[in-house]
Amino acid sequence: MPTKDNTHSCDLMVIGAGMAGMAAALFAARKGLSVAQAGLTGETLYASGLFDLYGVAHGSRRELIDNPWQALQELQKRHPDHPFCMVAPDQIREGMDMLTGFLEAAGHPYAGHADRNARVITPVGTIKRTFRVPVSMWAGVRALEEKTPCLIVDVQGLRGFSAAQIVSTLKPSWPQLRAVSIEVPWEKRLGPKYAEHIARALEVEAPRRELADAIRPHLGKTKAVGLPAILGIHATEAVCKDLNRLLGVPVFEIPTMPPAISGTRLKEAFDIHMPRQGVTTFYHHRVHTAAQQENGCFVLEVGRTKPERTVVADHVLLATGRFLGKGLVPRREGIREALFDIPVSQPENRSCWHRETFLDPKGHAINLAGIEVDDRFRPLDTSGRPVYDNLYAAGSILAHQDWIRTKSGTGLAVATAYGAVEAIS
Amino acid sequence: MKRALSTQVLIIGGGATGTGLARDLALRGVDCILAEKQDINAGASGGNHGLLHSGARYIASDPAAARECREEGALIKRLAPQCVEDTGGLFVAVPGDDDLYIADFVERCSRCGIKAEAVDLKEALEMEPCLSPEAIAVFAVEDASIDPFKLSLDNLAQARSLGTRVLLHHKVLGFDKHRGRIESIRLQDLHGNKEVRVHAEQIVNATGAWAGEVAAMAGAGIDMVYSQGSLVISQMRLSERVINRLRKAADADILVPAGTVSIFGTTSKRIDAPDNCRPTTAEIDAMLDDGMALVPQLSDTRYIRAYAGVRPLVRSGDGPDDRAVSRGFSLLDHESHGLDNFITITGGKLTTYRLMAEKTANLVCRRLGNTEPCRTAYEPLPASSQARYTEPGLTPKMWFKKKDPGDLLLCECEMVPTSVFNEIAASLTTNGHRPGLREMGQRSRVGKGPCQGSFCSLRMAAHMYNQGMLKDGEGIDELKDFLNERWRGMQPLLWGPAVSQAELQEALHCGLLGLEGGEVV
Repeated sequence: MPTKDNTHSCDLMVIGAGMAGMAAALFAARKGLSVAQAGLTGETLYASGLFDLYGVAHGSRRELIDNPWQALQELQKRHPDHPFCMVAPDQIREGMDMLTGFLEAAGHPYAGHADRNARVITPVGTIKRTFRVPVSMWAGVRALEEKTPCLIVDVQGLRGFSAAQIVSTLKPSWPQLRAVSIEVPWEKRLGPKYAEHIARALEVEAPRRELADAIRPHLGKTKAVGLPAILGIHATEAVCKDLNRLLGVPVFEIPTMPPAISGTRLKEAFDIHMPRQGVTTFYHHRVHTAAQQENGCFVLEVGRTKPERTVVADHVLLATGRFLGKGLVPRREGIREALFDIPVSQPENRSCWHRETFLDPKGHAINLAGIEVDDRFRPLDTSGRPVYDNLYAAGSILAHQDWIRTKSGTGLAVATAYGAVEAIS
Repeated sequence: MKRALSTQVLIIGGGATGTGLARDLALRGVDCILAEKQDINAGASGGNHGLLHSGARYIASDPAAARECREEGALIKRLAPQCVEDTGGLFVAVPGDDDLYIADFVERCSRCGIKAEAVDLKEALEMEPCLSPEAIAVFAVEDASIDPFKLSLDNLAQARSLGTRVLLHHKVLGFDKHRGRIESIRLQDLHGNKEVRVHAEQIVNATGAWAGEVAAMAGAGIDMVYSQGSLVISQMRLSERVINRLRKAADADILVPAGTVSIFGTTSKRIDAPDNCRPTTAEIDAMLDDGMALVPQLSDTRYIRAYAGVRPLVRSGDGPDDRAVSRGFSLLDHESHGLDNFITITGGKLTTYRLMAEKTANLVCRRLGNTEPCRTAYEPLPASSQARYTEPGLTPKMWFKKKDPGDLLLCECEMVPTSVFNEIAASLTTNGHRPGLREMGQRSRVGKGPCQGSFCSLRMAAHMYNQGMLKDGEGIDELKDFLNERWRGMQPLLWGPAVSQAELQEALHCGLLGLEGGEVV
């Protein structure tokens, strides 16, 4: 409740506006808690839009996972300290459904197999395993599964996305793949082309027709057409359907290098639709200070560049992310947690943080560093007791997981947010 | 079918010495092939400070080398000004440094013919505000900053114009000998995966730290010591002049300005083999902690890259300290090994590279019966355009001036446009080399900005496919190789914001693209 003295009270304050913060705020609001949320949503612009659950086995050298649910059972046996193991699989499933359901209502439906990972083409022609993909990418998953005759289209001036590269790399195992490079028909001006500009243009009918006219002569016996992710921002589904109709074959998107339009879609969906879930949002605001009162409530100073208002919360959930999210601060002397200075589980010294080879399949030790929590997701002090009774943590700030190498970013965010919100309510 | 080539002289090694020798011999009318297993300056010639020594650093440990540095330094400033920024240098002592050494400094310098003048402390701080306010003595000397890559490419460009052939990415496989004479050398073309046989009258081993390994293949032993020196590049230029610590040569002693950045070093770490050379976290931490006494800013400035080179030292005695082993060069005729057409030139310093090339060329010419005199001590080194794009700030200036919106930027941090990429690629192709991401990084500023290649590598790879420079899955290997190479220089410097950058890079290249291990369709 906002009061005259610029103070806002709530049951739960979520600190962080990445995927874990968003999932936690959503789940808590759905449970009827009064929720406030602060954090920078800009980082979401770097999201690929793909929702990974668990694609590569933890602690392995790239053991690829087909069925993530089965693999999570394995994980329970082999690495019980992994944060995934603190949440039941049906709860993770429910959380994933809630998140994709929220995005579907926001105009961004997702698709996927019930129990299997999907395989998606990347802009360098590799294959990525993921769990849920935007519907606009789904025809590509099907085309890859069946190796149907397929045309990959790139747009001249849209840098970092070459149809020739994707086709050359994949062609040995997918002979009926072809590449073509087209100009944006309505934009004759020279210079770089940006996905966002093209995407906004395609939300209008005339440019869609012109794009279809430019592609049509190259169709031949093609059964599907792949494009970089440029098919609209707010009306992607409608843009896709219209292009399908105009070309007579399914059209699909391939992720582009970040910051990509698929990130913009997510950011805007959260910016617009989270407040409609009843969440009091302080996006583009940081929490500058946090202190616990005698009655146990947290008092948080929130503002853009300096404290502007006060939030009083019965519970706080820390979802500030790792280094990029600024939840963890890597100093030469060691890694610290940024807001509460909670102990960080970490390698002995800086020499052990990273391996000598960037792409070493064993991964880097620093990525397993993070916050230790109890079975209710409360951060622990060095003696193993919760630092505060009513402080919780979720997402990539947690220790004993490597979300990048195990392709589990969204899954981890959703699972731990779900677990933490269960513990709070 | 195997490729066979013949020439008068085969030079093995494409560093400062090898390229300098190629030019010297070409100017005397000798036909040469230069073979290099990697790219130009891949060893110590690319892994050093870029310091043109006044000689003052060696007045105590090696007065003869100090004199050589003074003479050669002056000569390079005059004959190859395009490669030199004549910054001048300071020697600075801080509390705790040896009083006697400070007191004798000017006298010792003058004994070697080196100019050194005392500078008022207040004035010194005005000249170089980065200096520690605690400094107790400052002397000005004639140090300068030199671009080693430009130097080698300019040497090679003139040699090429006179007929020298260059084989990059060609590694020595073995020597075929007959009665004390090497009749041919077998090379492996690492890109084409073919074997090349070269027949040469004389062979010069100018492989720097690898000289021992190459000589051993020819049946000649050299007792070598490998001393690794690590350096860091700061994001900004910290000083106008070269700053030296006024003490007997030790670690963390020298800060050299280079265009818009500064280079700080070095260390002296014994390693077992030259291939094991890479900067370590512990070395960098120790070096920065030590260097703060001289330039306090070193503790909190942002660094963009660390690198290391191996000092190729030929052991004569049993000195415990690698800095005590002579920094002079070693020219070995291998006659005692029963070889009459094999020569090794190693050791030495970048500043004396020309002299090393001259002495080696003299021996080669004596053996060939060529009586032409050396011309490199008085003829200017012509500037080539080969290395022009390594200069910071040049491509943005050109790009803004040209105002061609169709010339898309491939590297946004350092503003390298497609036209520059294409020009470098064409020049590589013309010279018979395959253009790759690493070669581009070496010849331009790509990958040297804050993103350290995360984004530009993808734009370049896509462009290369569009231009037909890459086929099948080559792009994946090209990206992996480029990113791993960039990582070598980033990894020891990962703290603070650089860790976030590395995390973003990993999320992109591993999280999304899965480059840590590909999935087969």
